[in-house]
Amino acid sequence: MRNVTRRQALAAGGGLLSTLLAPRRFASAAAAGTLNIAYNVNLPSFDPDAGPSSVNPTIQAIYRSVFDQYIGQKPNLAFEPGLLTGWGWNEDKTKVWMDVRQNVVWHDGTPFTPEDVVWTIQREGDPKGGNMVSFVWASIGNLKIDGHRITGDVLNYDPTIFKWMAFLAGYVLPKAYYEKVGPQGFEKAPIGTGPYMVDAYEGNAYLRLKANPKYWGGKPAFETVVFKFVPDATSRVAEIESGSSDVTLEVPYEEFDRLKGKAGLKGVCTPISDIGMIFITNGGVMDDKNVRLAMCHAVDKQAIIKRLLRGYGVAIDTLEAPEYEAYDPSIKVPYDPALAAKLLAASGYSKEKPVKFTIQTTRGYKPKDYEMIQAVVGMWRNVGIDAQIEVYEVAKHFELRMSHKLAPAAYYNWGNAIGDPTCSTGFAMFSKSPHSAWHSDDLDAKIGPVWAEKDEKKRIQGWKDVDRYIAEQGYVLPVLQYAQPIVYKSDLVVTPNVSGALQPASLVAKA
Amino acid sequence: MLVAVVVNRMAMALLTLAGMAVVVFVLLRVVPGDPIAMMISPGASAADIAALKAHYGLDAPLFTQFWIWIKGVVTGDFGTSITLHVYVTDVLASRLPATIELAILALTVAVLSGGAVAVTGTLVRRTAGEAVIDGLNSVMLAVPDFIWALALVLLFAVAMPVLPLTGRIDPALAEGFATRFYMIESLVTGRFAVAANILKHMALPTLALALPLAAVIARLLKQSLQEAMVQDYVLLARIKGFGELRLVLQEALRNAVGPTLALTGVQFTFLIGGTVIVERIFAYPGIGNLAIDAVINRDFPLIQGLVLLFGLIFILINIGVDLTVAMLNPKLRHG
Repeated sequence: MRNVTRRQALAAGGGLLSTLLAPRRFASAAAAGTLNIAYNVNLPSFDPDAGPSSVNPTIQAIYRSVFDQYIGQKPNLAFEPGLLTGWGWNEDKTKVWMDVRQNVVWHDGTPFTPEDVVWTIQREGDPKGGNMVSFVWASIGNLKIDGHRITGDVLNYDPTIFKWMAFLAGYVLPKAYYEKVGPQGFEKAPIGTGPYMVDAYEGNAYLRLKANPKYWGGKPAFETVVFKFVPDATSRVAEIESGSSDVTLEVPYEEFDRLKGKAGLKGVCTPISDIGMIFITNGGVMDDKNVRLAMCHAVDKQAIIKRLLRGYGVAIDTLEAPEYEAYDPSIKVPYDPALAAKLLAASGYSKEKPVKFTIQTTRGYKPKDYEMIQAVVGMWRNVGIDAQIEVYEVAKHFELRMSHKLAPAAYYNWGNAIGDPTCSTGFAMFSKSPHSAWHSDDLDAKIGPVWAEKDEKKRIQGWKDVDRYIAEQGYVLPVLQYAQPIVYKSDLVVTPNVSGALQPASLVAKA
Repeated sequence: MLVAVVVNRMAMALLTLAGMAVVVFVLLRVVPGDPIAMMISPGASAADIAALKAHYGLDAPLFTQFWIWIKGVVTGDFGTSITLHVYVTDVLASRLPATIELAILALTVAVLSGGAVAVTGTLVRRTAGEAVIDGLNSVMLAVPDFIWALALVLLFAVAMPVLPLTGRIDPALAEGFATRFYMIESLVTGRFAVAANILKHMALPTLALALPLAAVIARLLKQSLQEAMVQDYVLLARIKGFGELRLVLQEALRNAVGPTLALTGVQFTFLIGGTVIVERIFAYPGIGNLAIDAVINRDFPLIQGLVLLFGLIFILINIGVDLTVAMLNPKLRHG
């Protein structure tokens, strides 16, 4: 047994104390080669293709750091080659082809092959495999490998299949390694082909990544990236303000304005592919078109954005944000309280005899969600709508939405990082989607034909027509497109991503 | 005598845990928030939803689900977390040490600081100093742990950034641990620089948890000390010429500490409960932080495991406190 003398014990204690009280040094990321990101959510799972995490848009930046997608995506949502260098359909869209990138290696040094791609697609398409969008992947099959080209049959034409390859749950995993270690082994030691390799992970604390020197896209700018999982917004503000982190995101807009003006910090806040909307559920007073349209015309979205969100956000009149493919700026639902009052009067409602219903909203799930609904209810009251606010949790929202039991009006957000109308208007409004609230035959009759239209121009125009019809009927109340605040040290350059995924390899650089 | 008490308490603990298992299982399935609803894809059909329910074993009748789960629990298998994709026992085993270290450190700080305040307050009783101490103590009592946490964030992480705000250890140092008890292991293995780094990370959450408990301890102990200070044996000691500090520490404290110890045990369970919010604010990777994610995601197996774990901790603390009090008090020890 080792004997410790009093002198040694005192020395050790003194050393501990001096280390403890030593002032902190805030090395710049650019100089240190380590990028610390105070991230707003925890990473629950390393499987990017299965389970609830795979369809969680907020952790895609992490997945994109470790794994590669079949198809890449630029910050403006445009698609670019990923692990596939080419892709497409045949003329009559009965077959698909994909060219697989060569000279790519997994993090364990083994070569990436077309077999990995085929295995991943088959795993994703298996309904028992835990992929949340398996119906997308199951739309192609009979995949065959010929050199570096994969061909297959279209089993059920889905015009968005290649877009999903750049979207949620669209990551290629290592066949041999996964089969060797199994799901639990993969969680403990995940590998991908991405720009960063997992170096250390502690759930609810941090993920440390090391640069992949063999990355096919070139070695990343930072040798080490640390994602600190800091879900509390106040703590994220403190992280960046104290210099403990180099970048943070999703801080309150008031704090964003304050922080970006501080010496040594910069900020960027641009619109992302996430919108706030009020679902309208058919039935009761909502079957009255005048009521629905009055709800839409009575809301001054610009005022809400200006006064509650400090101007950060974009008012929208359809479920398509300006960056989306089917965005049509000519579709307008103007703020017109006089028209709203007139419409309500036509149905026998007034300020003295208001139409009454409940509106549900989350509180604190999205920036100023509850306050926005308070403002909306106030605006409605001015024209003859008396709405009672009911606050619910996100989990309850999903349960009610799936069982078509939402209140007549319900506020929630909707993301669509690939910008395809199927993923915004389609899934939010088609009655066959479990996420839709408005169910009516007339709308289904408009959506059905465009869903699998093979002519892309016709398809996009078809969705624009659907959006116009929805606006004319007041089947939903789109409110705004959210903006994502990012604060970072001034020795960095941050490129905002419309998808909202702040992946460090391509979007954060040294100034 | 003590052995019989322990056996009796353990039997009661098992019954309590069984009751908790039933309650948490049923409650989770009754309150709104279906985990399947949170994970279904936009294009999911009724068949897809049914397949997903079957995948997670949520399609069977409630009693069958419970029977499968409780059979597993008895054999140490709490199931697999829906969101984390790993065994619940593995997750709990990896996170519990962080919370245990934090709670023990917070308790130590609370006992030492609360005790010091109580002794000081007794020494300066009936002076202006006592009023100051009582006033400050009242403030400490009135402010809950999460407010302390936010105040500490502003003070020590922003205004005077001398302490790290989040995490349990600097990610660059989190290597080479054989156990998840980072603090204890680094001290035992002589890695003092690492221990210091861990201590720095633990400082703010520890203070946030310890300050309210310290105030409770200070108030109760001071009251007990003041009652003891007018007892005959203290008077006798005073006549013998004992100094005031010696009177308090050597004569009054031993008799005054019993009620404080019992209450500290109860309050320690509240402190463990407080880790849920405090760990969240400081991004500390313990079971409290984990619990919030589990609830948000309606991760049924994980929530069930966490509730049973919290229940077990509370029961063990209460048994431990009861036994300690009994051992310290001869009247209780001998029935």
